[in-house]
Amino acid sequence: MLGFIKTLIERTPLGLLQLKHDRMRLLVAIAGITFADVLIFMQLGFAAALYKTNTQYPRTLKADLVIIGTQAKNFGKLRTFPRRRLYQALDVPGVASADALYIQSVDWRNPQTRKKTSMLLVGQNPDRPSFNLPEVNQQLDAIRMPDTVLFDRASRGKYQDIITRVQQGERVTTEIGRRTVTVAGLFKVGASFSDDGALITSDQNFLRLFPKRDAGAVSLGLIRLHPGSDPDRVRAAVAARLPDDVQVLTNRGYIDFEMAEIKATSPIGFVFGLGTTMGFIVGIVIVYQVLSTDVNSHLAEYATFKAMGYRNAYLLGVIFEEALILSILGFIPGLAIALGAYQLTATATALPIAMPFGRGVIVLLLTFVMCGASGAIATRRLQAADPADIFS
Amino acid sequence: MMNQKPVIAIHQLDHYFGTGKLRKQVLFDINLEIFAGEIVIMTGPSGSGKTTLLTLIGGLRSAQSGSLNILGQELCGASQKELVKARRHNGYIFQAHNLHGSLTALENVQMGLEVHGTLSKGERHRRATEMLKQVGLKEHIDYYPANLSGGQKQRVAIARALVSRPKIVLADEPTAALDKKTGRDVVDLMHDLAKKQGCTILLVTHDNRILDIADQIVYMEDGRLATQPESVAMS
Ligand SMILES: Nc1ncnc2c1ncn2[C@@H]1O[C@H](COP(=O)(O)OP(=O)(O)OP(=O)(O)O)[C@@H](O)[C@H]1O
Ligand SMILES: [Mg+2]
Repeated sequence: MLGFIKTLIERTPLGLLQLKHDRMRLLVAIAGITFADVLIFMQLGFAAALYKTNTQYPRTLKADLVIIGTQAKNFGKLRTFPRRRLYQALDVPGVASADALYIQSVDWRNPQTRKKTSMLLVGQNPDRPSFNLPEVNQQLDAIRMPDTVLFDRASRGKYQDIITRVQQGERVTTEIGRRTVTVAGLFKVGASFSDDGALITSDQNFLRLFPKRDAGAVSLGLIRLHPGSDPDRVRAAVAARLPDDVQVLTNRGYIDFEMAEIKATSPIGFVFGLGTTMGFIVGIVIVYQVLSTDVNSHLAEYATFKAMGYRNAYLLGVIFEEALILSILGFIPGLAIALGAYQLTATATALPIAMPFGRGVIVLLLTFVMCGASGAIATRRLQAADPADIFS
Repeated sequence: MMNQKPVIAIHQLDHYFGTGKLRKQVLFDINLEIFAGEIVIMTGPSGSGKTTLLTLIGGLRSAQSGSLNILGQELCGASQKELVKARRHNGYIFQAHNLHGSLTALENVQMGLEVHGTLSKGERHRRATEMLKQVGLKEHIDYYPANLSGGQKQRVAIARALVSRPKIVLADEPTAALDKKTGRDVVDLMHDLAKKQGCTILLVTHDNRILDIADQIVYMEDGRLATQPESVAMS
């Protein structure tokens, strides 16, 4: 290792010098890689954000076990199951409480613009927190009042005035269906693909807004266990106790269920996978173009080096040195631009788009692979550098 | 001198280009011995095979039949790896200078040392600077080739060829791209440095005005070598 580093320091950095010598070519290469990296970052960022937004409520559920119908698709489309299943679950040793959640999409009128948009309406038991959302849990008393809701202030759309007014304690009302509801408070989760946002209210208010819906038909069951119980064992016991019109999952298992559903049914993975691949290919093409032009324009010099006794491996090293330098020089602005673009996207769309450290590492590695692959293709041009030709 | 071993000893060397029907012999029964410190000039008509012989001696091409002994090593039948190693004993000067455009004069010259992998960067640069002084380019060590004249570039190429003190210098028409005066200066420089370092020079040229620096002149005609122009016709 030490010897290797010593060789690196002692060596004339030919690749670096070649790149520095042709500034225009260097700029083109960096711009190309930066472009490819930004593209890849955006695709990965969108995909992750969409997976996350579509599982945000499942992620905040305050439950050890979750009961959903066998036909359940996802949090917004759960189908209903009989509330009796929750009472039955209470019989199982280890189970401390079982609460129902009622969930359905509604059209509500944006109080600010008076336009109708789709919101997810969640009805919960106001006696016990159902979500790990402190803001909601502090306002449970407010939703006991008839026709009051809590509003997700990170919802997509124009709500700024309303949010300020609610924060100042004003009464803000709007319509859901034919009923007038009051926005009694705010919380923050964020928009998803299918719904612009969400409203949380009490189970009683929920049923008032959906008069056709039966109180005995619930969307999701939240089970909390006595301290010290083993969730996996109790889960199995509850599952055994209940008929198979429901499935019983651990909290983690339910999040996995939601993720699997999204990955399987949404085009997110395919679309953004395709986008990522495109970015990667664009990068390879641009870097290859730059590197092969570079090799071509140095063929006579390379042939001379071979005549002087430099091995082919030396010249391969020069090309990979260039590829490595290009990948780092292209990645850094790519990362910076992507961070800015994430910020813009987050404010413009309310999508929870962020840059986890791991993604940076993955894209850096992808960039190395991209430039390395381009370099490997470009080295084939080296065969054309024949030392026997340079005397002519 | 005769009791010494020759640094270049060629016996019954033939060389062919192409395969099958296109196979064409370009060198016929070449015999040549060159001793240490000699300056040998090879002349002859275009297409006669001079460059081919030079590339064989330099290990830039694989020799096919006969014997080609360079500095005691047989290159006929040598592996590619051995050829690459053998090249490091030689200095090359071409018609085109073939300097690397992204490297300064100094960096170009030290590439002639870096290939051996034995000297530190500082030492390589020190020796390259010294060598550039000797070819009269003290003021130009940090110039890129694009900013040097033709004669200056050829001087840098000479410095690069000689900086590692090679036993053999192979030059193919080094003055062809230069004007009369510059060409003469360059040849004189090669001559002086070679005599100082005691290296052997094999130089191909069409330029009759520089024949006077030669210890021995050989003529190539239609792939055959002779020490006198007439003997080619007689053999
Ligand atoms: N790579 C090659 N493949 C096939 N034939 C070749 C090749 N290189 C040279 N030849 C042929 O071999 C013969 C000798 O060429 P060579 O270049 O050695 O001549 P030369 O004496 O150096 O000529 P000049 O004075 O013009 O440089 C020529 O007929 C040439 O066409
Ligand atoms: Mg020639």
